[in-house]
Amino acid sequence: MLKAIGLRSVDELFEPIPAEYRLSRDLKVPRQMAESEIVDYFRQRSRENGEGYISFLGAGAYSHYRPVIIDSLISRGEFLTAYTPYQAEISQGTLQSIFEFQTMICELTGMEVANASMYDGSTAAAEAVMMAVRLTGRRSVAVARSLHPEYREVLATYATHQGMPLSIAGFAENGRLNLADLEKSITPETACVLIQSPNFFGTIEDVAAIAEIAHRHGAMLVVSIAEAVSLGIVEPPRAADVIAMEAQSFGVPLGFGGPYCGVIATREKFVRQMPGRLVGQTIDKQGRRGFVLTLATREQHIRREKATSNICTNQALVALMVNIFMTVYGKVGLRELAKQNLAKTAYAAGEFAKHNRVLFAGAPRFNEFVVQTSEDSSAINNRLLGHEIVGGLPLKRFYPELGNAALWCCTELTTRTAIDTAAALVPHSEGLAQPANDENVAEVAR
Amino acid sequence: MNHGPRKATRHVNQNEGLIFEKSSDGKAAWKLAPLDVPEVDAAKLLGSSERKDLGNMPEVSEIEIIRHFTRLSTWNYAIDLGMYPLGSCTMKYNPRVNEAVARVEGIANGHPYQPEKISQGALQILKTLSECLIEITGMDAITMQPAAGAHGEMTGLLMVRAYHHAQGRPRKKILIPDSAHGTNPATAAMVDYAVENLKSDSSGMVDIAALEAQMNEDVAALMLTNPNTLGIFEQQIHKIADILHAKGGLLYMDGANMNALVGKVRPGDFGVDLMHLNLHKTFSTPHGGGGPGSGPVAIKKKLEPFLPAPVLATRADGTLGFEYHRPQSVGRVRAFYGNFGMFVRALAYIQANGPDGLRQTTEDAVLNANYIRSGLEGTYDLPYSTPTMHEVVFSDKLQVKKGVRTMDIAKRLIDYGFHPYTTAFPLIVPGALMIEPTESESKEEMDLFVEAMKSIAEEVEEDPQTVLDAPHSTRVSRLDETAAARKPVLRWKPAV
Repeated sequence: MLKAIGLRSVDELFEPIPAEYRLSRDLKVPRQMAESEIVDYFRQRSRENGEGYISFLGAGAYSHYRPVIIDSLISRGEFLTAYTPYQAEISQGTLQSIFEFQTMICELTGMEVANASMYDGSTAAAEAVMMAVRLTGRRSVAVARSLHPEYREVLATYATHQGMPLSIAGFAENGRLNLADLEKSITPETACVLIQSPNFFGTIEDVAAIAEIAHRHGAMLVVSIAEAVSLGIVEPPRAADVIAMEAQSFGVPLGFGGPYCGVIATREKFVRQMPGRLVGQTIDKQGRRGFVLTLATREQHIRREKATSNICTNQALVALMVNIFMTVYGKVGLRELAKQNLAKTAYAAGEFAKHNRVLFAGAPRFNEFVVQTSEDSSAINNRLLGHEIVGGLPLKRFYPELGNAALWCCTELTTRTAIDTAAALVPHSEGLAQPANDENVAEVAR
Repeated sequence: MNHGPRKATRHVNQNEGLIFEKSSDGKAAWKLAPLDVPEVDAAKLLGSSERKDLGNMPEVSEIEIIRHFTRLSTWNYAIDLGMYPLGSCTMKYNPRVNEAVARVEGIANGHPYQPEKISQGALQILKTLSECLIEITGMDAITMQPAAGAHGEMTGLLMVRAYHHAQGRPRKKILIPDSAHGTNPATAAMVDYAVENLKSDSSGMVDIAALEAQMNEDVAALMLTNPNTLGIFEQQIHKIADILHAKGGLLYMDGANMNALVGKVRPGDFGVDLMHLNLHKTFSTPHGGGGPGSGPVAIKKKLEPFLPAPVLATRADGTLGFEYHRPQSVGRVRAFYGNFGMFVRALAYIQANGPDGLRQTTEDAVLNANYIRSGLEGTYDLPYSTPTMHEVVFSDKLQVKKGVRTMDIAKRLIDYGFHPYTTAFPLIVPGALMIEPTESESKEEMDLFVEAMKSIAEEVEEDPQTVLDAPHSTRVSRLDETAAARKPVLRWKPAV
C-alpha cells in the first residue's frame, strides 16, 4: 500500500506534524492483553462490585427484570454497528423502530409527540426547561425540592450559565409539593414549573392541581418521570405541557449509572421547539411507506448557533432496548408489572412501619418510600452489607432536614424474604414508631 | 475492467408492518413470577391517580417480536456488513469482547448509589480508563461525566467560562473555524457565548493572520478540530496556541478526529488546554444507530478546580471514592457518573491494543485514508492538496457538470454495497465528499470501494440518470423528506 501511494515508510505520513511534538516513546497504557485476559480482568472487577448482593436502591436507577430477547436483538450487528440513520434508504430498520418508540412513549405519557431520545432523565429535564424558556419568552424556573437532587444539580448547571434564575418549592407533610410554597415561588417571569412524579420520595403528585397553579400564572408545567414502570398503573401527567422522562426502568441495565435513555414528550404545537432527533413517516418515489429523520432545521448540523440544542448523538441503542421492553410487556403486561411493584412496596412499607417511621403517609406512592430511624442510615447499611444486602439510600446528603432517613425501593424482583430480612435488621426506633396508615391513603388521594 | 455493482444485492425483503399492526388482544410475550406478598387493590392505594387504560400499546407474542426486529434489522446497513466511510464519524470495527465484558453481572447490574465499599470494581475501571485517556491526550485531569461529544463540548466551555470568571475577566466570544462541526457553534450559543467565525486559508488550515487580527481579550477560547474536518493537521498549531495564550485565551480541541493522533502525538504537548474525546469514535464503542456516545473532557491542571462534581479520588486507605465538595466546580452535567457502560468498552479496546496496537491503529487509519486519496485523485476533484491524515475530502466539481451532486454519488454508492461517505460537509468545500476509512478496512475492501467510486464516475459521464435515481437496490427508494417536514407524522395512530 505504501508503494501504491509512493511512500517508503509510514513515518512520512506523519510529517505534517511538527517534529518536536511527535511522540517518540510508547504510551504508558496497560500492555496489550489477550481476549482471555481482558475477560478475566473484568470478571475480577465485577467480583469487587457488589456482584450478587440484594439491593433496595432506586432513586432514579431501578432494578427491573430485563427479558433476554432485548440483548439477543440489540446485539444484531445491523442495529449495534449502524450510524445515525441519516441515509434513510439503508436505515429503515432503525428509523421504523424509533417511530414505534415515539408512538409508544406518546401512548404511555398521554402526550402527542415524543423525540427519539435524550442523554438521560436529568439532561432531558434541563432541556425541557430550556424549551419552556424559548416558548414563553420568560427566564426563570420554579423547581420542586422533591425533584431528584442530581437532576436539580444538572438543571442548575445548565441554568446558571444562561442567566436563568431558579426558585425552589418545598414539599408538604405528605411528601407532595407544597402548593402554597409553589404559589410563592412563581413570578411573572416564571417560564415553567418543574416537578417529578412519582417524585424523588416515590410519592405521586397531584399533577392537575399543580398544572392549574402553573397555568394560572402563564407558566408551563414540565413533569419529570424517573420511574417509567409507574406509567403502567399511575395516571400519566396529562395536564403537563412537557414530559421529560428517564426510561431506564424499561429494560436498560443499571450499569453503574449509564448509559440510560432520556426522552422528551410534548404537545404537537410545541414540536418545533423540541430538542433532539425526530423520526417522521413519509413515502418514497414509488409511494411506499418509509421513515426519515425530520424537522432537522431545529438541529445543530443545519442551524449551528441558532439550533434548539447542541445535542447530536442520542441514545438510539438504549432507546431500542426500551422499545423492545415496551413491546414485550405491552398493554396488559405493563400494568401487571407495575401492580407487582405496588404490592411489594405496600408490603415492605407496612413491614418497616411496624418498628420505624415511614414518612409521607397520606399520599399515594409507587415503588419507593422513606424510612426514618433513630440510628444513622449509613450505620444501618453497613450492618446490612454484612448480609449482602444493600439498604435504602441515606438521604442526609440531599435532605438533611429529614434526619436519619433513607429512601427504599422495591420492584417485582424484590422477594418477600429479602424484605423480611432487611426489615428485621433495621433496629426498632422506639420513639418514632407509629402504625402504618395506608388505610387513609384513598381518601387523601382525592 | 468493469464488474458492475459487485456487492449490490437485494435484501431478503420481508414486508414488515408496524408492531401495532400485528397486535391483537390476548397475545403476550411476558410472564411474571407469582406474587409472594398480598395482592393490593390499586384503586384503594392510588385513588384518582390510578391508571385504568394503556391506550394502544401492542399485544404480541415473543416469536413475533423476534421476527419483527430481526426483519427490521435487515433493512439497515452496518459496519458489520461493510465499509462505512463516513468522514469525521470514525466508523471502526466494534469488538465483541467489549460487549461481552460490559455484560458481566457485577458490571452490568451495579447500582450508581451502591456504597463505595462494594463499588471498587467499577471505580477501578473508571480510574484506569481515566489514566489511559490522560496519558493518550497528554493532559493532566479528566471528567468522564459528559454523555456525548456535544455534551463534552458544553462541559468544556462551562469550564472555560468558570476559568475566566475566576481570573476576574469574564469573556464574551468563542472563535470557531468555518470548517467546524455544527455542534461547536451550537454549544457556544448554549453556554451564552457569542460565536465569531474564523476563516481558513488556501491550504485548508487556520488563517494565522486572521486569527491574530481577531484575537483579543474578549475571546474566551478557540474551538479547534485537529486534524480539522478536511483531514488536515494544523501545522501551525504551536503558533495558534501562542496567539491565544498571549492574550489569555484558551485552546479547546474538538477530539472528533483523535483517531489520527493516538500514540503519535499528544494534544497536551502542542498547547491544547482542554479537549473532549468521543469514545464512540476513537475508542470503538458502538454507534448503535445514533448513540449512546460518551464525551470525556481532558484538561490541563489550571482548569482542574472547575471540573464537574463529583471527582474520582483515592482515599487515605487506598480505596477509591467520589469527592463531592468542589467549591469551584461548574456543577454537575449529568446524573450519576456518565455513560459507564461505554467506559468498560473503551478500556477493553485499549487493553486489546496496548501501546503498540494503539500506535499502529493510528498509522493504519492514516495510511488507509491516503491509499483512498491516491486511488481517487484525478477521478474526483481534490480541493486541498495539503497532506491528508485520517480522512480525505473531495468535491463533486467534476460531476456537477453532468448535473450530478455529492448526494447523488453517495446514494449510488449504496447500490455498490457501501454506506455513503459524509456529504456536503465541511461547509467550506462546496459539494464535499468526506471519506474516512478507519484502520478497520483491508486493502481488498478499499480496492472495492475505489473501484465502485470510479465506476460511478464513469456512470456520471455515460448515464447520469442512473446515478440521479439511485439507490436502485434498497427496500425503499429516495424518500420525500420535504413532505415529512411539511406535515409531520411523528407517531402511528389507529385507523378510525
